[in-house]
Amino acid sequence: MSTVHVTPVRTYLLVFFALMALTFLTVGVAHVNIAHHLPGQVTDAINDAVAMAIAVTKATLVVLFFMHVWHSARLNKIVVWASLFFILILFAFSLADYFSRGWLGVPGK
Amino acid sequence: MTAPATAAPTELPSYLEAAHGPKSWLLTRDHKRIGILYLVAISVFFVLGGLMAVLIRAELATPQGDMFSSDVYNRLFTMHGILMIFFFLIPSIPAVLGNFLLPVMIGAKDLAFPKLNLTSWYLYMIGGLMTFGSLLTGGIDTGWTFYTPMSTTFAQGQVLVTAVGIFVAGFSSILTGLNFIVTIHRMRAPGMTWFRLPLFVWAHYATSIIQILGTPVVAIAILLVGAERLFHIGVFDPKYGGDPLLFQHLFWFYSHPAVYIMILPAMGVMSELVTAFSRKRVFGYHFVAFSSLFIAVIGFLVWGHHMYVSGQSVVAGAIFSFLTMLVAIPSAVKVFNWTATLYKGSISLQTPMLYALGFIGVFLIGGLTGVMLGTLGIDIHVHDTYFIVAHFHYVMVGSAIMGYLGGLHFWWPKITGRMYDEFWSKVGALLIFVGFNTTFFPQFILGYLGMPRRYHMYPAEFQTWNVLSSAGATILGVGYLIPVIYLLWSLKFGAKAPANPWGAKGLEWQTASPPPVENFATPPVVTEEAYAYETSAPAKEVTVGV
Repeated sequence: MSTVHVTPVRTYLLVFFALMALTFLTVGVAHVNIAHHLPGQVTDAINDAVAMAIAVTKATLVVLFFMHVWHSARLNKIVVWASLFFILILFAFSLADYFSRGWLGVPGK
Repeated sequence: MTAPATAAPTELPSYLEAAHGPKSWLLTRDHKRIGILYLVAISVFFVLGGLMAVLIRAELATPQGDMFSSDVYNRLFTMHGILMIFFFLIPSIPAVLGNFLLPVMIGAKDLAFPKLNLTSWYLYMIGGLMTFGSLLTGGIDTGWTFYTPMSTTFAQGQVLVTAVGIFVAGFSSILTGLNFIVTIHRMRAPGMTWFRLPLFVWAHYATSIIQILGTPVVAIAILLVGAERLFHIGVFDPKYGGDPLLFQHLFWFYSHPAVYIMILPAMGVMSELVTAFSRKRVFGYHFVAFSSLFIAVIGFLVWGHHMYVSGQSVVAGAIFSFLTMLVAIPSAVKVFNWTATLYKGSISLQTPMLYALGFIGVFLIGGLTGVMLGTLGIDIHVHDTYFIVAHFHYVMVGSAIMGYLGGLHFWWPKITGRMYDEFWSKVGALLIFVGFNTTFFPQFILGYLGMPRRYHMYPAEFQTWNVLSSAGATILGVGYLIPVIYLLWSLKFGAKAPANPWGAKGLEWQTASPPPVENFATPPVVTEEAYAYETSAPAKEVTVGV
């Protein structure tokens, strides 16, 4: 029989407080234009990048600890990686459209 | 060749006799009863969607808009599409036949999560009733595709209610897929190795992958439409910093693979029918099995072929066009392999086989016109014309429903314990084949001649083809009505079905018709491959009807 990993309550509490802290951080950075506080010519897109980075960190914590992937069997980890791969496909092909608009112009013009 | 060591038909009470009363159905956790619940529900939605199709074809019998205003016609074809796609075609084979058969085919007592299975049905019903409620209160006019900015800004109707209805039903689909995958991985009987699985199971495995990976994306996309309508957040509307084409990317990322949610299970049914009624092993088992997975994966890489004229970049269009051609390979593998299975088989033309042969012909036309439409240049010419309508009906109606009906007829004795009338079932199958082709083949010509879809008025020069199409729809309607009558009739008057009326292979035929609650009296042990037909003896003759 396979052994089942039991995550200590302390870990859940730590992850919970980390998620709460990151939530406050999300709200906080929404009120600051980070681009203005960085040297050089940084576009406002940095604000989106920071918000997304925080969101991805939070999602990662949820997947790893609350969804037990950290201590899961290899098959479960493969499922998670496969899901991420398909998200990558969604983003990559959609962005392929956005970034290549205008490369070949519009037929007939 | 050794026969599978399975339980013999037993005298245990069948799943139909084990409990009685509405509560025994509405709170059941038996995968077979849940399959029946789905059968009833999707049949109702099919009738509703079909009635709308009748009204659409009646309107199109003349060039003038003499039955409906443009606005009502818009709402009519929208609800036809939504009901047929989200509430009939997507759940049809997986939720009815898959639910009923998948555990039996792998020698399990039930699906891995029986309560989740019942929850899926309730979610489906809640979503369906919300969508039907939106229809009763005016419906929507966005088309089933919900394109922005039409759906977010301009549509006047119950967009929010319909969107939430589809969102909720989407979770039913996700949970069904999840249940199937876990069941196939964890609950196979001893000896049921991966390469002894029936191809029906492989097809459902591939379908489940699409359901789990794709459905959340469309669910969120439709929810964002609702959020943008309500709160004006800038996702799709350029006025708020959004992009309308983003919706099309998100929508088609799911909705193109959704076509494979409809067709892959039908292909799984096909493999069962072709082998059973040819008395032969399937030609190239591994190729057919892996082609399902290949279709599931490649299906996620081609969505941009719906967007050639949307403003998508030409480069992206060319990439998507190239990738679209790849889907033709596994699809062709299946058709060639079924055909090779037929070769030198001992073919018996019983009703399920008629549907199977019809499927091959119809899918061939639907698939090859799909290759045409995947080609950038041709698609630009026929985009949004009846050529597209004909193509997707050949795949989604012709092929998927042929597969569904073929499967329903094949396993009807197993599901109900009764045989249906063979003569009328053959009449029904032939009428459906003739009616379907008469309805939709003229639409290829109409589309090629330039008749656009989604209009209820058209130039008089298109009337002949439209009248032919509407006449075909009448035949098709009668064809669909006939099975309803004789299948219902068989429930009371049909001859009792033996455990294996077709002399077919597969664990489901080794247990009683209908099966007991736990499917087998003793857990089966599998000792041979799928489709181990030993001889080319003709299919066992069956006495049908009364």
